[in-house]
Amino acid sequence: MIAIVDYGMGNLQSVANAVEALGVDFEITNEAKKLQDADGIILPGVGAFGDGMKNLCKLKLVDLLREEIIEKKKPYLGICLGLQFLVDKGYEKGEHEGFGWIKGEVKLMEPDDPKIKVPHMGWNNIEIKKDSEIFKGLKEDPVFYFIHSFSFVLDPEEVDIITSTASHGLEIVASLQKGNIFATQFHPEKSQTAGLLVLKNFIDYCDTNSKC
Amino acid sequence: MLKTRLIACLLWRNGMLVQSMGFSHTNSVGSACTAIDFFNTWAIDEIVLLDVTRNPDDREKFHHDLKELSKRCFVPLAVGGWITSLEEIRVLLTEGADKVVMNTEAIRNESFLQDASRKFGAQCIVVSIDVRCDEKGEHIVYIDRGKERTKWSAVEWARRAQELGAGEIFLTSIDADGNRKGYDLELINLVSHTVSIPVIASGGVGDWKHFREGIESGASAISAANIFHYSEQSTKKAKDFLFDNGFNVRKPEFYNILLPRRPVYRV
Repeated sequence: MIAIVDYGMGNLQSVANAVEALGVDFEITNEAKKLQDADGIILPGVGAFGDGMKNLCKLKLVDLLREEIIEKKKPYLGICLGLQFLVDKGYEKGEHEGFGWIKGEVKLMEPDDPKIKVPHMGWNNIEIKKDSEIFKGLKEDPVFYFIHSFSFVLDPEEVDIITSTASHGLEIVASLQKGNIFATQFHPEKSQTAGLLVLKNFIDYCDTNSKC
Repeated sequence: MLKTRLIACLLWRNGMLVQSMGFSHTNSVGSACTAIDFFNTWAIDEIVLLDVTRNPDDREKFHHDLKELSKRCFVPLAVGGWITSLEEIRVLLTEGADKVVMNTEAIRNESFLQDASRKFGAQCIVVSIDVRCDEKGEHIVYIDRGKERTKWSAVEWARRAQELGAGEIFLTSIDADGNRKGYDLELINLVSHTVSIPVIASGGVGDWKHFREGIESGASAISAANIFHYSEQSTKKAKDFLFDNGFNVRKPEFYNILLPRRPVYRV
Protein backbone atom coordinates (compact mmCIF):
# COMPACT_ATOMS: atom_id res chain seq x y z
CA MET A 1 0.00 0.00 0.00
CA ILE A 2 1.16 3.51 -0.85
CA ALA A 3 0.35 6.23 1.66
CA ILE A 4 -0.43 9.72 0.39
CA VAL A 5 0.07 12.06 3.32
CA ASP A 6 -2.94 14.23 4.08
CA TYR A 7 -1.85 17.38 5.88
CA GLY A 8 -4.54 19.70 4.61
CA MET A 9 -2.54 21.23 1.77
CA GLY A 10 -2.98 21.34 -1.95
CA ASN A 11 -4.08 18.96 -4.64
CA LEU A 12 -4.13 15.64 -2.77
CA GLN A 13 -6.97 14.34 -4.87
CA SER A 14 -5.02 14.81 -8.10
CA VAL A 15 -2.22 12.67 -6.73
CA ALA A 16 -4.74 10.08 -5.57
CA ASN A 17 -6.41 10.11 -9.03
CA ALA A 18 -3.09 9.44 -10.72
CA VAL A 19 -2.16 6.61 -8.37
CA GLU A 20 -5.66 5.18 -8.80
CA ALA A 21 -5.31 5.30 -12.61
CA LEU A 22 -2.19 3.15 -12.22
CA GLY A 23 -4.31 0.58 -10.41
CA VAL A 24 -2.30 0.77 -7.21
CA ASP A 25 -3.55 0.20 -3.69
CA PHE A 26 -3.29 3.50 -1.81
CA GLU A 27 -4.63 5.47 1.14
CA ILE A 28 -4.88 9.17 1.76
CA THR A 29 -4.01 9.36 5.40
CA ASN A 30 -2.31 11.06 8.33
CA GLU A 31 -2.61 8.15 10.75
CA ALA A 32 0.65 6.92 12.24
CA LYS A 33 -0.26 3.24 11.92
CA LYS A 34 -1.06 3.50 8.21
CA LEU A 35 2.10 5.43 7.45
CA GLN A 36 4.09 2.78 9.34
CA ASP A 37 2.42 -0.03 7.38
CA ALA A 38 2.84 1.60 3.96
CA ASP A 39 5.39 0.31 1.43
CA GLY A 40 6.08 3.87 0.34
CA ILE A 41 5.09 7.41 1.25
CA ILE A 42 4.13 10.20 -1.13
CA LEU A 43 4.12 13.72 0.29
CA PRO A 44 2.40 15.98 -2.25
CA GLY A 45 1.52 19.59 -1.81
CA VAL A 46 1.18 22.99 -3.24
CA GLY A 47 0.90 25.99 -0.97
CA ALA A 48 3.00 27.91 1.48
CA PHE A 49 6.08 26.35 3.11
CA GLY A 50 5.37 27.70 6.60
CA ASP A 51 1.72 26.61 6.72
CA GLY A 52 2.66 23.18 5.42
CA MET A 53 5.30 22.63 8.10
CA LYS A 54 2.93 23.95 10.75
CA ASN A 55 0.29 21.41 9.70
CA LEU A 56 2.79 18.55 9.67
CA CYS A 57 3.97 19.53 13.16
CA LYS A 58 0.41 19.79 14.46
CA LEU A 59 -0.33 16.28 13.18
CA LYS A 60 2.92 15.08 14.83
CA LEU A 61 4.14 13.78 11.49
CA VAL A 62 7.63 15.28 11.31
CA ASP A 63 9.26 12.83 13.74
CA LEU A 64 7.23 9.93 12.41
CA LEU A 65 8.37 10.65 8.84
CA ARG A 66 11.98 10.89 9.99
CA GLU A 67 11.71 7.54 11.71
CA GLU A 68 10.13 5.82 8.70
CA ILE A 69 12.20 7.43 5.98
CA ILE A 70 15.60 8.19 7.49
CA GLU A 71 15.87 5.35 9.99
CA LYS A 72 13.81 2.58 8.38
CA LYS A 73 14.68 3.70 4.84
CA LYS A 74 11.13 3.57 3.56
CA PRO A 75 10.81 4.91 -0.02
CA TYR A 76 9.68 8.55 -0.10
CA LEU A 77 8.46 10.65 -2.98
CA GLY A 78 8.11 14.35 -2.28
CA ILE A 79 6.27 16.43 -4.84
CA CYS A 80 6.70 20.22 -4.99
CA LEU A 81 6.35 21.20 -1.29
CA GLY A 82 7.29 17.60 -0.50
CA LEU A 83 10.64 18.38 -2.15
CA GLN A 84 11.04 21.77 -0.53
CA PHE A 85 10.44 20.48 3.02
CA LEU A 86 13.60 18.35 2.80
CA VAL A 87 15.92 21.30 3.43
CA ASP A 88 16.90 23.06 6.66
CA LYS A 89 15.18 26.37 6.02
CA GLY A 90 12.47 27.89 3.84
CA TYR A 91 12.08 31.61 3.27
CA GLU A 92 8.47 31.77 2.04
CA LYS A 93 6.65 34.47 4.09
CA GLY A 94 9.21 34.51 6.91
CA GLU A 95 11.84 32.00 7.94
CA HIS A 96 10.69 28.44 8.62
CA GLU A 97 12.40 25.22 9.64
CA GLY A 98 12.21 22.32 7.20
CA PHE A 99 12.89 18.61 7.81
CA GLY A 100 16.64 19.25 7.56
CA TRP A 101 17.35 15.90 5.86
CA ILE A 102 19.22 17.64 3.07
CA LYS A 103 21.47 20.67 3.45
CA GLY A 104 20.04 23.62 1.60
CA GLU A 105 17.43 26.35 1.51
CA VAL A 106 14.24 27.28 -0.29
CA LYS A 107 14.24 30.80 -1.70
CA LEU A 108 12.07 32.98 -3.93
CA MET A 109 12.96 32.66 -7.60
CA GLU A 110 14.36 35.94 -8.80
CA PRO A 111 15.30 35.70 -12.47
CA ASP A 112 17.45 38.59 -13.72
CA ASP A 113 15.35 38.99 -16.85
CA PRO A 114 12.17 40.95 -15.92
CA LYS A 115 10.32 39.29 -18.81
CA ILE A 116 10.51 35.92 -17.07
CA LYS A 117 7.26 35.45 -15.13
CA VAL A 118 7.07 34.10 -11.60
CA PRO A 119 5.33 31.76 -10.60
CA HIS A 120 7.17 29.35 -12.87
CA MET A 121 3.94 27.93 -14.22
CA GLY A 122 3.55 25.49 -17.08
CA TRP A 123 5.30 22.74 -18.97
CA ASN A 124 9.07 22.75 -19.10
CA ASN A 125 11.82 20.43 -20.28
CA ILE A 126 14.03 18.80 -17.72
CA GLU A 127 17.66 18.09 -18.26
CA ILE A 128 18.59 14.75 -16.76
CA LYS A 129 21.87 15.04 -14.88
CA LYS A 130 22.04 11.63 -13.34
CA ASP A 131 20.18 8.40 -13.78
CA SER A 132 17.48 7.65 -11.24
CA GLU A 133 15.01 4.76 -10.84
CA ILE A 134 12.09 7.11 -11.40
CA PHE A 135 13.31 8.04 -14.91
CA LYS A 136 13.20 4.48 -16.27
CA GLY A 137 11.65 4.31 -19.74
CA LEU A 138 11.19 8.07 -20.20
CA LYS A 139 11.32 9.31 -23.78
CA GLU A 140 14.04 11.68 -24.87
CA ASP A 141 13.68 15.32 -23.80
CA PRO A 142 10.79 14.79 -21.36
CA VAL A 143 8.48 17.66 -20.42
CA PHE A 144 6.76 18.09 -17.06
CA TYR A 145 4.32 20.49 -15.41
CA PHE A 146 5.76 22.97 -12.90
CA ILE A 147 3.95 25.41 -10.66
CA HIS A 148 5.99 27.19 -8.00
CA SER A 149 7.51 30.54 -7.05
CA PHE A 150 10.18 29.26 -4.69
CA SER A 151 13.10 27.10 -5.61
CA PHE A 152 15.42 24.68 -3.99
CA VAL A 153 19.02 25.78 -3.42
CA LEU A 154 21.36 23.02 -2.30
CA ASP A 155 24.48 23.26 -0.23
CA PRO A 156 27.50 22.68 -2.55
CA GLU A 157 28.37 19.42 -0.80
CA GLU A 158 24.93 17.99 -1.68
CA VAL A 159 24.80 18.87 -5.39
CA ASP A 160 25.54 15.32 -6.52
CA ILE A 161 22.03 14.23 -5.43
CA ILE A 162 20.45 16.37 -8.17
CA THR A 163 19.02 14.08 -10.85
CA SER A 164 17.56 16.73 -13.15
CA THR A 165 17.30 20.47 -13.58
CA ALA A 166 15.04 22.87 -15.46
CA SER A 167 15.67 26.33 -16.76
CA HIS A 168 13.43 29.36 -16.14
CA GLY A 169 15.65 32.43 -16.19
CA LEU A 170 17.84 30.53 -13.76
CA GLU A 171 18.66 26.88 -13.35
CA ILE A 172 16.41 25.17 -10.82
CA VAL A 173 16.46 21.73 -9.24
CA ALA A 174 13.76 19.67 -10.97
CA SER A 175 14.36 16.40 -9.12
CA LEU A 176 16.72 14.68 -6.75
CA GLN A 177 17.43 11.32 -5.24
CA LYS A 178 19.29 10.52 -2.05
CA GLY A 179 19.06 6.79 -1.47
CA ASN A 180 15.40 6.00 -0.72
CA ILE A 181 14.41 9.69 -0.89
CA PHE A 182 13.04 10.84 -4.25
CA ALA A 183 11.65 14.28 -4.86
CA THR A 184 10.41 16.34 -7.78
CA GLN A 185 9.74 20.04 -8.11
CA PHE A 186 7.43 19.24 -11.05
CA HIS A 187 4.05 17.55 -10.69
CA PRO A 188 4.10 13.99 -12.06
CA GLU A 189 0.38 13.62 -11.27
CA LYS A 190 -0.36 16.41 -13.76
CA SER A 191 2.25 15.61 -16.42
CA GLN A 192 0.28 13.09 -18.45
CA THR A 193 2.09 10.00 -19.75
CA ALA A 194 5.57 11.09 -18.66
CA GLY A 195 4.30 11.93 -15.18
CA LEU A 196 2.38 8.71 -14.69
CA LEU A 197 5.52 6.81 -15.72
CA VAL A 198 7.52 8.58 -13.01
CA LEU A 199 4.87 7.64 -10.43
CA LYS A 200 4.76 4.07 -11.67
CA ASN A 201 8.54 3.82 -11.45
CA PHE A 202 8.42 5.05 -7.86
CA ILE A 203 5.71 2.53 -6.98
CA ASP A 204 7.70 -0.28 -8.64
CA TYR A 205 10.70 0.80 -6.56
CA CYS A 206 8.52 0.58 -3.40
CA ASP A 207 7.40 -2.94 -4.40
CA THR A 208 10.93 -4.18 -4.98
CA ASN A 209 12.05 -2.55 -1.76
CA SER A 210 9.29 -4.16 0.33
CA LYS A 211 10.15 -7.63 -1.03
CA CYS A 212 13.84 -7.34 -0.11
CA MET B 1 12.61 26.67 -21.49
CA LEU B 2 9.05 27.17 -20.30
CA LYS B 3 6.51 26.37 -23.00
CA THR B 4 3.50 28.41 -24.03
CA ARG B 5 0.39 26.62 -22.80
CA LEU B 6 -2.62 25.78 -24.90
CA ILE B 7 -5.70 25.78 -22.69
CA ALA B 8 -9.20 24.51 -23.36
CA CYS B 9 -11.99 26.33 -21.56
CA LEU B 10 -15.05 24.21 -20.84
CA LEU B 11 -18.31 25.93 -19.93
CA TRP B 12 -20.40 23.59 -17.80
CA ARG B 13 -24.11 24.21 -17.53
CA ASN B 14 -26.35 21.76 -15.76
CA GLY B 15 -24.39 18.68 -16.77
CA MET B 16 -23.60 19.65 -20.34
CA LEU B 17 -21.03 21.86 -22.02
CA VAL B 18 -22.33 24.95 -23.77
CA GLN B 19 -21.05 27.38 -26.34
CA SER B 20 -20.83 31.05 -25.45
CA MET B 21 -21.25 34.20 -27.48
CA GLY B 22 -20.86 37.60 -25.87
CA PHE B 23 -21.46 35.76 -22.58
CA SER B 24 -24.84 34.36 -23.50
CA HIS B 25 -24.96 30.63 -23.85
CA THR B 26 -26.26 29.22 -27.03
CA ASN B 27 -26.21 25.57 -27.96
CA SER B 28 -25.06 22.57 -26.01
CA VAL B 29 -21.91 20.98 -27.35
CA GLY B 30 -21.84 17.66 -25.56
CA SER B 31 -20.61 16.05 -22.38
CA ALA B 32 -17.70 17.32 -20.32
CA CYS B 33 -16.44 13.79 -19.85
CA THR B 34 -15.95 13.30 -23.59
CA ALA B 35 -14.23 16.67 -23.90
CA ILE B 36 -11.84 15.93 -21.02
CA ASP B 37 -10.96 12.49 -22.45
CA PHE B 38 -10.38 13.76 -25.96
CA PHE B 39 -8.53 16.96 -25.10
CA ASN B 40 -6.23 15.05 -22.72
CA THR B 41 -5.35 12.66 -25.53
CA TRP B 42 -5.05 15.49 -28.04
CA ALA B 43 -2.12 17.24 -26.37
CA ILE B 44 -3.94 19.97 -24.45
CA ASP B 45 -1.74 21.52 -21.73
CA GLU B 46 -4.36 22.58 -19.22
CA ILE B 47 -8.13 22.69 -18.78
CA VAL B 48 -10.26 25.46 -17.29
CA LEU B 49 -13.69 24.25 -16.22
CA LEU B 50 -16.23 26.96 -15.44
CA ASP B 51 -19.63 26.38 -13.90
CA VAL B 52 -21.78 28.91 -15.78
CA THR B 53 -25.11 27.60 -14.49
CA ARG B 54 -27.56 30.30 -13.44
CA ASN B 55 -29.43 28.09 -11.07
CA PRO B 56 -27.68 27.60 -7.69
CA ASP B 57 -29.50 24.28 -7.23
CA ASP B 58 -27.32 22.74 -9.95
CA ARG B 59 -24.19 23.25 -7.87
CA GLU B 60 -24.46 19.84 -6.26
CA LYS B 61 -24.44 18.20 -9.67
CA PHE B 62 -21.36 20.22 -10.59
CA HIS B 63 -19.50 18.88 -7.55
CA HIS B 64 -20.53 15.36 -8.50
CA ASP B 65 -19.32 15.81 -12.09
CA LEU B 66 -16.05 17.42 -10.99
CA LYS B 67 -15.16 14.35 -8.94
CA GLU B 68 -15.69 12.12 -11.99
CA LEU B 69 -13.98 14.47 -14.43
CA SER B 70 -10.86 14.99 -12.34
CA LYS B 71 -10.24 11.25 -12.26
CA ARG B 72 -9.72 11.39 -16.04
CA CYS B 73 -7.71 14.59 -16.28
CA PHE B 74 -3.91 14.33 -16.11
CA VAL B 75 -3.18 17.89 -17.05
CA PRO B 76 -3.82 20.72 -14.58
CA LEU B 77 -7.47 21.46 -14.00
CA ALA B 78 -8.56 24.97 -12.96
CA VAL B 79 -12.13 25.26 -11.73
CA GLY B 80 -14.28 28.36 -11.46
CA GLY B 81 -17.78 29.77 -11.06
CA TRP B 82 -19.77 30.40 -7.87
CA ILE B 83 -16.68 30.64 -5.65
CA THR B 84 -17.38 32.88 -2.68
CA SER B 85 -15.74 31.22 0.31
CA LEU B 86 -12.51 29.60 1.45
CA GLU B 87 -14.47 26.49 2.34
CA GLU B 88 -15.75 26.25 -1.24
CA ILE B 89 -12.15 26.37 -2.50
CA ARG B 90 -11.09 23.68 -0.06
CA VAL B 91 -13.92 21.44 -1.23
CA LEU B 92 -13.07 21.96 -4.92
CA LEU B 93 -9.46 21.01 -4.23
CA THR B 94 -10.53 17.83 -2.48
CA GLU B 95 -12.65 17.02 -5.54
CA GLY B 96 -9.65 17.17 -7.84
CA ALA B 97 -9.23 20.81 -8.85
CA ASP B 98 -5.61 21.95 -9.00
CA LYS B 99 -6.38 25.65 -9.12
CA VAL B 100 -9.47 27.80 -8.67
CA VAL B 101 -10.69 30.64 -10.83
CA MET B 102 -12.38 33.58 -9.10
CA ASN B 103 -13.96 36.63 -10.60
CA THR B 104 -16.90 38.57 -9.12
CA GLU B 105 -16.20 37.85 -5.46
CA ALA B 106 -12.53 38.86 -5.81
CA ILE B 107 -13.60 42.38 -6.80
CA ARG B 108 -16.46 42.69 -4.33
CA ASN B 109 -14.36 41.42 -1.47
CA GLU B 110 -10.65 42.05 -1.84
CA SER B 111 -9.81 40.43 1.47
CA PHE B 112 -11.33 37.17 0.20
CA LEU B 113 -8.79 37.09 -2.63
CA GLN B 114 -6.01 37.93 -0.20
CA ASP B 115 -7.03 35.26 2.30
CA ALA B 116 -7.42 32.64 -0.44
CA SER B 117 -3.93 33.36 -1.72
CA ARG B 118 -2.46 33.19 1.79
CA LYS B 119 -4.22 29.96 2.61
CA PHE B 120 -3.81 28.02 -0.64
CA GLY B 121 -0.81 29.78 -2.18
CA ALA B 122 -0.79 32.26 -5.07
CA GLN B 123 -0.15 29.47 -7.58
CA CYS B 124 -3.60 28.08 -6.77
CA ILE B 125 -5.50 31.32 -7.41
CA VAL B 126 -6.42 32.38 -10.91
CA VAL B 127 -8.22 35.71 -11.17
CA SER B 128 -10.56 35.85 -14.13
CA ILE B 129 -11.08 39.33 -15.57
CA ASP B 130 -13.95 39.99 -18.00
CA VAL B 131 -13.54 43.11 -20.05
CA ARG B 132 -15.72 45.19 -22.35
CA CYS B 133 -14.63 48.26 -24.31
CA ASP B 134 -16.66 51.38 -23.56
CA GLU B 135 -17.58 54.12 -26.04
CA LYS B 136 -14.19 55.80 -25.50
CA GLY B 137 -12.33 52.58 -26.19
CA GLU B 138 -11.37 52.13 -22.52
CA HIS B 139 -11.11 48.55 -21.30
CA ILE B 140 -13.58 48.31 -18.42
CA VAL B 141 -13.91 45.33 -16.07
CA TYR B 142 -17.35 43.74 -15.73
CA ILE B 143 -18.45 41.26 -13.09
CA ASP B 144 -21.41 38.97 -12.46
CA ARG B 145 -21.18 37.29 -15.87
CA GLY B 146 -20.66 40.56 -17.71
CA LYS B 147 -23.77 42.19 -16.25
CA GLU B 148 -22.33 44.68 -13.78
CA ARG B 149 -19.93 47.43 -14.78
CA THR B 150 -17.19 48.20 -12.26
CA LYS B 151 -15.03 51.25 -11.64
CA TRP B 152 -11.92 49.31 -12.63
CA SER B 153 -9.97 49.48 -15.85
CA ALA B 154 -8.50 46.14 -16.93
CA VAL B 155 -4.94 47.28 -16.30
CA GLU B 156 -5.64 48.72 -12.85
CA TRP B 157 -7.57 45.70 -11.64
CA ALA B 158 -4.97 43.28 -12.99
CA ARG B 159 -2.25 45.16 -11.11
CA ARG B 160 -4.34 45.22 -7.93
CA ALA B 161 -5.22 41.51 -8.25
CA GLN B 162 -1.53 40.68 -8.46
CA GLU B 163 -0.85 42.76 -5.33
CA LEU B 164 -3.61 40.91 -3.49
CA GLY B 165 -2.09 37.55 -4.33
CA ALA B 166 -3.37 36.33 -7.70
CA GLY B 167 -0.99 33.80 -9.25
CA GLU B 168 -2.34 34.12 -12.77
CA ILE B 169 -4.83 36.19 -14.79
CA PHE B 170 -7.48 34.66 -17.06
CA LEU B 171 -8.29 37.57 -19.36
CA THR B 172 -11.47 37.47 -21.41
CA SER B 173 -12.83 40.04 -23.80
CA ILE B 174 -16.62 39.91 -23.63
CA ASP B 175 -16.83 41.76 -26.96
CA ALA B 176 -14.67 39.13 -28.66
CA ASP B 177 -16.27 36.15 -26.92
CA GLY B 178 -17.73 33.87 -29.56
CA ASN B 179 -17.19 36.24 -32.49
CA ARG B 180 -14.44 34.11 -34.07
CA LYS B 181 -12.51 37.23 -35.10
CA GLY B 182 -9.57 36.76 -32.76
CA TYR B 183 -8.48 38.02 -29.36
CA ASP B 184 -8.60 41.64 -28.26
CA LEU B 185 -4.86 42.02 -28.82
CA GLU B 186 -4.58 45.50 -27.38
CA LEU B 187 -6.08 44.25 -24.12
CA ILE B 188 -3.68 41.29 -23.95
CA ASN B 189 -0.76 43.54 -24.71
CA LEU B 190 -1.69 46.08 -22.03
CA VAL B 191 -2.36 43.60 -19.25
CA SER B 192 0.49 41.17 -19.86
CA HIS B 193 2.99 44.01 -19.90
CA THR B 194 1.57 45.42 -16.66
CA VAL B 195 1.72 42.36 -14.41
CA SER B 196 4.60 40.01 -13.71
CA ILE B 197 2.34 36.96 -13.30
CA PRO B 198 1.23 34.84 -16.29
CA VAL B 199 -1.72 36.04 -18.39
CA ILE B 200 -4.03 33.62 -20.22
CA ALA B 201 -5.69 35.11 -23.31
CA SER B 202 -9.34 34.21 -23.84
CA GLY B 203 -12.24 35.06 -26.12
CA GLY B 204 -12.65 35.20 -29.87
CA VAL B 205 -10.54 32.43 -31.40
CA GLY B 206 -11.92 31.37 -34.78
CA ASP B 207 -8.72 30.31 -36.48
CA TRP B 208 -5.46 28.78 -35.24
CA LYS B 209 -3.60 31.87 -36.39
CA HIS B 210 -5.37 33.82 -33.62
CA PHE B 211 -3.30 31.82 -31.13
CA ARG B 212 -0.17 33.10 -32.80
CA GLU B 213 -1.39 36.69 -32.43
CA GLY B 214 -2.18 36.11 -28.75
CA ILE B 215 1.30 34.79 -28.04
CA GLU B 216 2.94 37.60 -29.97
CA SER B 217 0.93 40.13 -27.92
CA GLY B 218 2.49 38.83 -24.72
CA ALA B 219 0.15 36.11 -23.39
CA SER B 220 1.84 33.31 -21.41
CA ALA B 221 -0.96 30.96 -22.37
CA ILE B 222 -3.67 30.98 -25.00
CA SER B 223 -7.13 29.55 -24.52
CA ALA B 224 -10.23 28.87 -26.54
CA ALA B 225 -13.57 27.21 -25.99
CA ASN B 226 -16.09 26.98 -28.84
CA ILE B 227 -13.65 26.20 -31.64
CA PHE B 228 -12.34 23.05 -29.95
CA HIS B 229 -15.74 21.37 -29.87
CA TYR B 230 -16.40 21.13 -33.57
CA SER B 231 -13.58 19.22 -35.15
CA GLU B 232 -11.81 15.93 -34.80
CA GLN B 233 -8.43 16.19 -33.00
CA SER B 234 -9.03 19.92 -32.55
CA THR B 235 -6.58 20.68 -29.77
CA LYS B 236 -3.88 18.53 -31.38
CA LYS B 237 -4.33 20.35 -34.68
CA ALA B 238 -4.01 23.69 -32.90
CA LYS B 239 -0.80 22.36 -31.33
CA ASP B 240 0.45 21.12 -34.72
CA PHE B 241 -0.05 24.61 -36.11
CA LEU B 242 1.90 26.26 -33.28
CA PHE B 243 4.67 23.64 -33.31
CA ASP B 244 5.09 23.81 -37.09
CA ASN B 245 5.31 27.59 -36.90
CA GLY B 246 8.22 27.38 -34.50
CA PHE B 247 6.47 28.25 -31.22
CA ASN B 248 7.85 26.73 -28.05
CA VAL B 249 4.96 24.38 -27.19
CA ARG B 250 4.76 20.86 -25.87
CA LYS B 251 4.91 18.32 -28.68
CA PRO B 252 1.65 17.65 -30.51
CA GLU B 253 1.57 13.92 -29.85
CA PHE B 254 -1.28 11.68 -28.77
CA TYR B 255 -1.08 11.21 -25.02
CA ASN B 256 -2.99 8.01 -24.44
CA ILE B 257 -3.69 6.95 -20.91
CA LEU B 258 -5.60 3.74 -20.38
CA LEU B 259 -8.58 4.36 -18.16
CA PRO B 260 -11.61 2.36 -17.19
CA ARG B 261 -14.77 2.88 -19.21
CA ARG B 262 -16.16 6.29 -18.49
CA PRO B 263 -19.12 6.55 -16.19
CA VAL B 264 -22.58 6.45 -17.65
CA TYR B 265 -24.32 9.81 -17.51
CA ARG B 266 -27.62 10.15 -15.74
CA VAL B 267 -30.29 11.18 -18.20
